[in-house]
Amino acid sequence: MKVQVPIAICFIAGMIMLVKFFIPHYWSDRLEEELLNWARIVGAFALVLGISSLLRTHVEKIRRRRRDYGYSFVTLLAFIIACVLGIGWGLDPPSPFDWIFTYVFAPLDATMFSLLAFFVASAAYRTFRARTPEATIMLLTALFVMLGRVPVGDMLAPHGLFVAWAAALGFCIVWAVYPWLRHHTGQAAPYVGLLIIVAPVMVAFSLYLAQSASETTEWLMSVPTIAGKRGIILGVALGSIATSLRIILGIERAHLGGGGGS
Amino acid sequence: MEPGEAVATGMYYLSGPVIGTGVAVLLTLAIYSFLYADNPVYKFAEHLFVGVSAAYGVAITYHMAVLPLIIDPLFRPQNTPSGQPQYWVIIPALLGLMMFSRFFRRYDWMSRWPIAFMMGIGAGLAIPATVQTSLLPHLYSTMQPLAPMAEGRLDLLTGIDNLLLLVGVVCVLIYFYFSLEHKGVFGVASRVGIWFLMIAFGAGFGNTVMARISLLIGRVQFLRFDVPEIFFPPSP
Repeated sequence: MKVQVPIAICFIAGMIMLVKFFIPHYWSDRLEEELLNWARIVGAFALVLGISSLLRTHVEKIRRRRRDYGYSFVTLLAFIIACVLGIGWGLDPPSPFDWIFTYVFAPLDATMFSLLAFFVASAAYRTFRARTPEATIMLLTALFVMLGRVPVGDMLAPHGLFVAWAAALGFCIVWAVYPWLRHHTGQAAPYVGLLIIVAPVMVAFSLYLAQSASETTEWLMSVPTIAGKRGIILGVALGSIATSLRIILGIERAHLGGGGGS
Repeated sequence: MEPGEAVATGMYYLSGPVIGTGVAVLLTLAIYSFLYADNPVYKFAEHLFVGVSAAYGVAITYHMAVLPLIIDPLFRPQNTPSGQPQYWVIIPALLGLMMFSRFFRRYDWMSRWPIAFMMGIGAGLAIPATVQTSLLPHLYSTMQPLAPMAEGRLDLLTGIDNLLLLVGVVCVLIYFYFSLEHKGVFGVASRVGIWFLMIAFGAGFGNTVMARISLLIGRVQFLRFDVPEIFFPPSP
C-alpha cells in the first residue's frame, strides 16, 4: 500500500503518456489532455506546499525573534497583500495586481538581476583565473563573445579579431602539450610549438581575413560552442531517457523518499 | 487632463503610473544601494521581492489552474465548454490534497501517491519529447556532409565547420564516457572534448554577462529617460 501503490500509479501514468505517443487518435489525445490537466491540478497543490514552507520559515523567524526578523513581516505582508489583490481582482490590466507587477515586481526583478553585472565579472576572475590552458580558452572565448556583442568590438578590431582568437588558441595548445612535445622532439620543441601557434593563425587569416568581431562571435557561437553544447545535450538526452525508463519501471525510487512501509 | 500631465501651476495630477514610477525608482535605488554595502533599505527591497514573487506564483496558478480546472468544472459548469459539471476532477484534487499529508508524520506516506503520479506523467512525457526535440535533431545536425557542394562548387568553409562540429561532438561524448580509461588516443580525444566544453562554457558565460549588462542598461535608461519624462513632462 505504501510503496507498491505509488509504483503502480507511476507505471500506469508513465505508460499511458508513453504509449499514447504511438497511437495518434482522438481518444488518446483526450486522455493525454485530461492527464495533463490532472498534473496541473496536482502541481497547483504542490506550489501551495512550497509556499507554505516559505511562510513557515518566516513565521518561525518572527516567533523566535531571530536576527532581522522584522524583514520577515515585509515578506509576509507583501505576500498576503499581493495574493489578495491577485486572486480577488484578477491579473489583467487595469487591476491592482497588474500595478504591483508593473511597478514593484518587474523593476525589482530586473534590478536584482542587473546587480549581478557588477559581481559576475569579479567572481569569474576569482573563480577561473587563467591558471591552466583550459581556463584560458574559456576566458578568451568569453572575452571575444562579449566584445562581439557590442559595437566597440567591431571598432577595436574590424578585421581579424578571429585571428587573435586563433593565435590565443594556438598558444594554449602549445601550453598544454609542451611537456609531451619536449619529450618527443627534444631540441626542436620550441620550433614545433611555434608551428602549432602559427598554423591556426595562418588558417584563420586565410579563411576569415575580413572577419569582424560580431562575425567572429557568430562563428564561435555556431561552430565550436554548438559542438560543446551538443555533446552535453546528447548526453543529457540519453541520461533523461534512461532515468525516465527507470522511474516508469519502478527501478528508480528515490522520489518516493524514505519513511519505510510496504 | 491625462494622469501625470503637468498643470499650469507646476503641480502634477497624481495617478497610478506617476506613483508607480516613483515606487519603481525608489525600489531600483534600494537594490543598487547594495553596491555600497548591505543595508536595511536593500534588505527591505529584497524581502519585498521574495513576498511579491511568491504571491505572483500563487496568483498565476490560481487563475491558470485552480479556477479553470477545479472551481469551474465543479461549481461553475456554465463557464466550461461542455456546460456540465465534471466531477472526476475531484480525483486529482484529492491527489493534490494528499500532498499535505507530509505535515503529519503518521500519514506522510500518502504524499507519495501524487508525487508518483507527477513523476510518471513527467517520465512518460520526457521519453518521446527528448527523442523528438533533443536526440534526433541534434544527431541529424551533426551528421552533415564534410565536402558540401554549393552551386556546383566545393564549399570548403562549410565543410571545415561541419568537420569541426563532428569532431567536437564526438570528443565531448568521449569525455563523458567513463566506462573506458581516458588513456592514449581515447585520452587525447577526451582532452580535445574538454577544450570544446571550455569554449562552450566561455561563450555561455560571455552571453550571461552581456544579458546582465543589458538589464543594467535598461535600468539606467529607466532612471535617466523614463523617469524625467513622467515627472517632468515637456510643456505643451
